[in-house]
Amino acid sequence: MKKTLKILALVLSLCMVIGCFAACDNTADDETLTDGNVVSDGNVATDGNATAGDAADDVALDYSNIKVGFIFLHAPTDSTYDKNFMNAVEEVQATLGLSDDQVIVMSDIAESEACYEAAMDLVDQGCNIVFGDSFGHEDYLIQAAQECPDVQFCHATGDSAKVENIPNFHNAFASIYEGRFVAGIVAGMKLNEMIENGEFTAEEAKMGYVGAFPYAEVISGYTSFYLGAKSVCPTVTMEVKYTNSWFDIDAERTQAIALIESGCKLISQHADSEGAPKACEEYGVPNVAYNVNTSDMGPTTALISSKINWAPYMTYMIDCVVKGEEIAADWCGGFNEGAVELTELNTAVAAEGTQEAIDAAIEAFKNGELHVYDTATFTVNGEVLTSYLADVQPDAAYEGDTEVIIDGYFAESEFRSAPYFNIIIDGITAVVEG
Amino acid sequence: MSHVAPHAEPLIRLSKRDAMPSWKGMLVRILGILLGVALSSLFIVLVTDLNPIEVFTSLFDGCFGTPRRIWNLFQNTAILLCISLAVTPAYKMKFWNIGAEGQVLMGAAATAACMIYFGNTINQWLLIPIMIVASLFAGMVWGMIPAFFKAYFNTNETLFTLMMNYVATQIVAFLITYWENPKGSNSVGVINAATKAGWFPYLFGKQYLVNIIVVVVLTAIMYIYLKYSKHGYEISVVGESENTARYIGINVKKVILRTMALSGALCGLAGLLLVAGSGHTVSTSTAGGRGFTAILVSWLAKFNPAVMTLTSFLIVFFERGAAQIATAFRMNESLADIITGIILFFIIGSEFFLNYKVNFRHKHKEVA
Repeated sequence: MKKTLKILALVLSLCMVIGCFAACDNTADDETLTDGNVVSDGNVATDGNATAGDAADDVALDYSNIKVGFIFLHAPTDSTYDKNFMNAVEEVQATLGLSDDQVIVMSDIAESEACYEAAMDLVDQGCNIVFGDSFGHEDYLIQAAQECPDVQFCHATGDSAKVENIPNFHNAFASIYEGRFVAGIVAGMKLNEMIENGEFTAEEAKMGYVGAFPYAEVISGYTSFYLGAKSVCPTVTMEVKYTNSWFDIDAERTQAIALIESGCKLISQHADSEGAPKACEEYGVPNVAYNVNTSDMGPTTALISSKINWAPYMTYMIDCVVKGEEIAADWCGGFNEGAVELTELNTAVAAEGTQEAIDAAIEAFKNGELHVYDTATFTVNGEVLTSYLADVQPDAAYEGDTEVIIDGYFAESEFRSAPYFNIIIDGITAVVEG
Repeated sequence: MSHVAPHAEPLIRLSKRDAMPSWKGMLVRILGILLGVALSSLFIVLVTDLNPIEVFTSLFDGCFGTPRRIWNLFQNTAILLCISLAVTPAYKMKFWNIGAEGQVLMGAAATAACMIYFGNTINQWLLIPIMIVASLFAGMVWGMIPAFFKAYFNTNETLFTLMMNYVATQIVAFLITYWENPKGSNSVGVINAATKAGWFPYLFGKQYLVNIIVVVVLTAIMYIYLKYSKHGYEISVVGESENTARYIGINVKKVILRTMALSGALCGLAGLLLVAGSGHTVSTSTAGGRGFTAILVSWLAKFNPAVMTLTSFLIVFFERGAAQIATAFRMNESLADIITGIILFFIIGSEFFLNYKVNFRHKHKEVA
């Protein structure tokens, strides 16, 4: 028995070595083949469009040559972050009438060479667009993009497309800070209602915020939330605690409870699990969530959630490829594009008149009348911010390189879609290590 | 057990089986796998509305569907095999090292540190040897700490090595706060993407070939080391009985330390392969649980490095196939995990029945 096993093992090892070399040749052939196919696909799309002409823009686009591959960090069944992308994928697939063969979703793809391999595997399967959903996927998508110039690579939340200057690699984000500002208004009005009811004084109005990492995206997010609340409840302060993980149910729960026990009257969070909303329901503390409607977890405490709707961007990138147009290197959608949304307000919890205030704020954002980081509304170390060099160009030095205070406001996401507001303003207590 | 009085005989009793002819052993194993496949097919039919034949087809498709997938299959097999080879000497010595995960992470962190700090200053041909030394050393130190305490204070190595995993994970998390780009993103990204400093060369244009060759060579060396070297003999004697080892004049403390140094260093090597040979990055999930899977691989192969090529291949085959099932049917990986679990259960089960015989009461006694 042992001998047979040994022989088998030997044969297998040999196969492995031989297989490697055999595979060498195959890959070479195959790569040229796939490349060829993609090129011709691309040509077909452009040619078709050229003959149809721009005049025929309204004519229904032909999506039959489209194949889109999606790379998700976690399984959508586990993580609300990926679930939010999956919802958009399903919506887009249904609206554009794409078959299941035209939409491939790969879940649980780590931020390592696994991402590169997944991207290349999607290209092998004939995808003309590959989309990655996590920040750490970026370097690996760039690597794949350089190898496959005829496939479009789109990456959510990344920051390198503008600098790298690779024509087929694109970043996308949404001005979610505007959504959070509106959610902040909802929170502020709730605080006002509680103050009026005599539950606590205006000076005691403190909010708690559970953040993932001291990362610009998170800091930008909680600052906008805070400023939204402050715009209606001027005495509000906020305490931030980090979990140092994007997804950690226990840590999010623990930090939420710690905040509640330190006197926070309302909790919001930027992390991907149900830890904080559920803790809030247990303690009867109002909660503002992110990306998913949490009213089923907290029927008596969940107020509202701001969310990014990725469907507009996904539709945009697919349409671009069908029409043979360039996808923007760095796309940032807002309320106007439908990329930023607020979930249904839980009127059982919210203060009176909240819906009207939400609608007015959204309208003001749509018209460009409202700026979240208006320097007249906040101070840093007691002083008004008049100049700030943000680290917009990604480099190893983390040095500021772009003046972002323009016309009296901090121009978030105008130089790059990924957020770069990373200042701790007065009124917010956050311990940032490192 | 056979000396127990007849009336006390339990309903079912197990007895050790004599060695079976090899063809019969293989038959039992194949039968085991087939039964596992049958049961998981039944499960697929009952729980989902999928066609089990399609599900198993996509399992193979995920592993062999394209040359790229075949490469991935072998690359992942190589890494898992490397860690399995690393834990084997310790296990053969009955030193329950469940700290491979941490030892791999330390090797990976050391490699990444060399690439980050020396990448722009030191020549590639000097940098790679430095990385090799650093990663082996880091893994070795991480393996030797519990070994030292085991050898001199008789601490429980299982708990010790397990806890060292958490320490290693925290060290890597700490290092990431220095290396991450941009700040706070918790992502180191590809190290030296532009210069490729410290990256293993692509042999014949193939990224993973270096890794695969290193592990094939390592397998052969480990086979010889364990089977024919004096060290290998000492390891098995210490494993069989420390007292015997002492009686015949083996320095047990020395053997424990030396073997764990080797085990840790080889885990460090796996870390090196993961960072310099494939991922070019480091994160707390760089080892990805392989440090634990490796224990299964090593045990299933009864610590025989040659057989480990088979068992590690089998595990990776199911893993890669499972991922494809998840993609093809838009499920999360739970379905695939269940299928893999069922089949592994049968594989382990057939090993059990190869070693033991089940005897029922009231049957003819002593059939064998």
